[in-house]
Amino acid sequence: MSTATLDSKPTVPDEIPSFTATIIVRRFDPDKDAEPYWQDFDVVMYGTDRVLDALHKIKWEQDGSLSFRRSCAHGVCGSDAMRINGRNRLACKTLLKDLDISKPIYIEAIKGLPLEKDLIVDMDPFFESYKAINPFLISNTPSKDGKERKQSPVERARFDDTTKCILCAACTSSCPVFWTDGQYFGPAAIVNAHRFIFDSRDEGAQVRLDILNDKEGVWRCRTTFNCSEACPRGIQVTQAIAEVKQAVMRGRA
Amino acid sequence: MPDKTAGTLATTSRRAPVIKPPKRLVGTVYRGREGMWSWVLHRITGVAIYFFLLVHILDTSLVRLSPEAYNAVINTYKTPIMGLGETALVVAIGFHALNGLRIILIDFWSVGAKYQRLMFWIVIALWIVLLVGFVPRQFMHIFGAH
Ligand code: SF4
Ligand code: FES
Repeated sequence: MSTATLDSKPTVPDEIPSFTATIIVRRFDPDKDAEPYWQDFDVVMYGTDRVLDALHKIKWEQDGSLSFRRSCAHGVCGSDAMRINGRNRLACKTLLKDLDISKPIYIEAIKGLPLEKDLIVDMDPFFESYKAINPFLISNTPSKDGKERKQSPVERARFDDTTKCILCAACTSSCPVFWTDGQYFGPAAIVNAHRFIFDSRDEGAQVRLDILNDKEGVWRCRTTFNCSEACPRGIQVTQAIAEVKQAVMRGRA
Repeated sequence: MPDKTAGTLATTSRRAPVIKPPKRLVGTVYRGREGMWSWVLHRITGVAIYFFLLVHILDTSLVRLSPEAYNAVINTYKTPIMGLGETALVVAIGFHALNGLRIILIDFWSVGAKYQRLMFWIVIALWIVLLVGFVPRQFMHIFGAH
C-alpha cells in the first residue's frame, strides 16, 4: 500500500456482478383473457435490486402491458403489496437476493380482493372496511384553552405499534378468513381501530368496539398469524386484534 | 396455452418460451407458517371429531330402541378397521385439545400472541408423547393378544 497521491485513481471493478432472475408473473387482462395465466420473463439483475426493480425492467424493456401499482418505491405509500413466492410482501421492500434466485420467482396479485388486471386488485372493499371503523379522532370535549390535546409518553406508547400502518392490505389479503368471507372487517381495519381505541385523547372507543363486536368483526379472527408475518411494517397485528377482543369483552379500552 | 408463455415485446409477435411454462396453472398456495398450518389442522380434526360425535350419538341412542341392535353395532367396533378408526380419533382429539389450549392462551394470556410459535411446537411435542404412549398399546389390542 502506498500513500494516496493525486494520480492514483479509485478502483472500479470491471463488472458489477449480475445474475439472471426468472420472474414468473400471473397475468390477467379482463379484455382478452378468460382466466389468469402464468408468464415468465428473464431479467438481468444486480444484488441491490428489489422485486420492484425487476418488474420495472420487465415493463420498460420487455412487455409494456404489464400492470402493477407502485408510487413511492420506498415502503411508505403501501401501493405494491403482492404475493411473492406465495407470501404477501411489498415489491419495493423485497430484495431479490433474499429470495432463492436459483429458482424462478413467482409473483401474483394479493388474494381475496377482486382482480382487475395483472397485479392490480380492486381495493374498494378494503377501504370500505377501513372507513367503517371511524379512523379519525372522536372527541366531544373541547381541548383545553383551544390548545393541543396533551398526552404522556406512556399513553402514546400504548398504541404506538398500530400507528405505523400504511394500509397496504398485505395483512387483510393474507387472512384465510378474509379469502372465504369478504365481509370480514379484516386485520387492517382492526389495526386502525386499535390505533384510536387505545388513544387516551379519543372518546369514540365504545362506538368502534360496538362496530367490531359484529358477527363480521374481531370474533372472525382465527389467530392464524398470517397477518403478523405479512405486515411490512412489522406491526404485531394478531396481538392488536387480541387486545381489541379483550376490550370488547371488558366493554372498554 | 403455449402462446401465452413467452415474454413478448408486442402482443402480436410470438416467441418460443425461454424456459418451460410453470406446472402450477392455478395460483400458488399461500405459504403461511406454523400459525396457519395449526389452524388448518385444527379445522380438519375439528370436522372429523364432529362427524364422529354424530355417529356416536346415533349408536348410543340405539340402546333405547333395541339393545340387540346396539350390541351388534358395538361388536363391529371390535374389528381391526374400527380399531384403526379409534386410533385416528385419538390422534385427532389429541391435537385438537392441545392446540385448543394454545388458542385459549393466545386470546387470554397477555403475551400469548408473542409465544404462539413456541407454543405450537410444545403442542406438537406433547402430542407426539401422547401418541407414543397410546398407539403401540392400541395396536397390541387390535392385532396382538389381549
Ligand atoms: S397492518 Fe401492516 S400489512 Fe396491514 S395494511 Fe397496515 S401496514 Fe399493511
Ligand atoms: S411503492 Fe410505495 S410502498 Fe412500495
